Amino acid sequence: MARSAASSIRRVASLATPLALALPVMVMAAPGARAAGMPQLDFANPYVIGQVIWGAVIFLVLYVLLSRSALPKVEAVLTSRRQTIDNDLDIARRAKAEADGAVDELHQARRTAMAEAQANVDKVIEDARLSALRQTQEMNARLAVEIHEAEARVAAARKAALGSLRQIADETAQALVRQVTGASVPADVVARTVDHAATARGL
Amino acid sequence: MAAGSTIDALGQFELHPVLGGLGEALRFSQSPLMMIVASVAVLAFLYVGMRPKAVVPGRLQAAAEICYDFIHNMAVDTIGPEGRAFFPFVFTLFFFILAGNYLGLLPFSFAFTSHVAVTVALALMVFVLSVIVSLKVQGAKFFAHFMPAGAPMALAPLLVPIEILSFLSRPVSLSIRLFANMVAGHVMLEMFAAFTIMLAGLGLIGDALAVGPVVINVALMALELLVGALQAYVFAILTCIYLREAVAH
Repeated sequence: MARSAASSIRRVASLATPLALALPVMVMAAPGARAAGMPQLDFANPYVIGQVIWGAVIFLVLYVLLSRSALPKVEAVLTSRRQTIDNDLDIARRAKAEADGAVDELHQARRTAMAEAQANVDKVIEDARLSALRQTQEMNARLAVEIHEAEARVAAARKAALGSLRQIADETAQALVRQVTGASVPADVVARTVDHAATARGL
Repeated sequence: MAAGSTIDALGQFELHPVLGGLGEALRFSQSPLMMIVASVAVLAFLYVGMRPKAVVPGRLQAAAEICYDFIHNMAVDTIGPEGRAFFPFVFTLFFFILAGNYLGLLPFSFAFTSHVAVTVALALMVFVLSVIVSLKVQGAKFFAHFMPAGAPMALAPLLVPIEILSFLSRPVSLSIRLFANMVAGHVMLEMFAAFTIMLAGLGLIGDALAVGPVVINVALMALELLVGALQAYVFAILTCIYLREAVAH
């Protein structure tokens, strides 16, 4: 027993030597270590066995206190936390589902509103187009009537102008013949001749 | 501790009665005292930490919950759905050892996990529990595990004793691993602390050199923090592995 203790000390010392090569004292001291037996193996000492009995009692008490009181307390806190987290997650999941529903509704309402607005816009544009068309037609009709009236007026004026032109032509022709020949020509001959010439010229 | 040129690296593991005559009569040494301190610390950590019962935890509550989740996951992932039943046991085991390892690093304190009697008791408790659970869940089929499936019958006289030996060595390795790690760490701390004192006795050069072991002890303290957590974890995870084999059909 003493030998093993001494050898164990020497082994420990030899393990420590590389750590402290700068300490020559150690090398001198190590062999001088007291070669007493290990107190742990001195079973004649009643305290060595006494601590085992005490240790058994203390370990048992510690085990009972831990398993019945301390550890269930920790477990209760951990369980309640897990439940709290699960509940919160459930609430969050429900809230998310509600929010998703609300977003869907919002999108639906937005789509409906957009469709209505588009329909309104289309209707307004169509109305505007139709009214513009109607106005154009009215305007065209009025203009056509005016053009027609104007044309009638032009034709009347032309007719009137052409009528007086015949008379002037007759008188001019009679005057020319008298001036040139000195004889007067009967009015109906002049009229017939002028008529003939006018027709030949498309008047 | 260190007198002259000798180092008493093992004196720190001696057990002394505390509380005077009462301690002597009840065989109550500093070791059970630290067990109580460790247990109170673990319980206080959970009770004080979980007092706010907040949905969004504060720092201490988050730490308590992380510890709970860590062991709970370890138990359920390793053992399986049946691990829920063993979770309080694994939790107790892990934090009893962890608190013991860490309390032992405080000055004037004592690491009860550095006593082989304590670690053997813990390992035997795990071993006996796993055997009881095995017998309860598997019945007589439990003994069939000592004959590896598919091995030729002719090898049974060789294999069965080996399997039994390896099974029985579980509590030994489990206890010695924790015990040896804790003892080695505390012996190292003690020795380097003693070097500082011895070097300081050499005068001016010694004073300068004495800084060396202190620096090493700071590094060792960091290492011991790692080892303390690691050994508690190893003990707990091996317990889970043994229990998984016990509940497996």
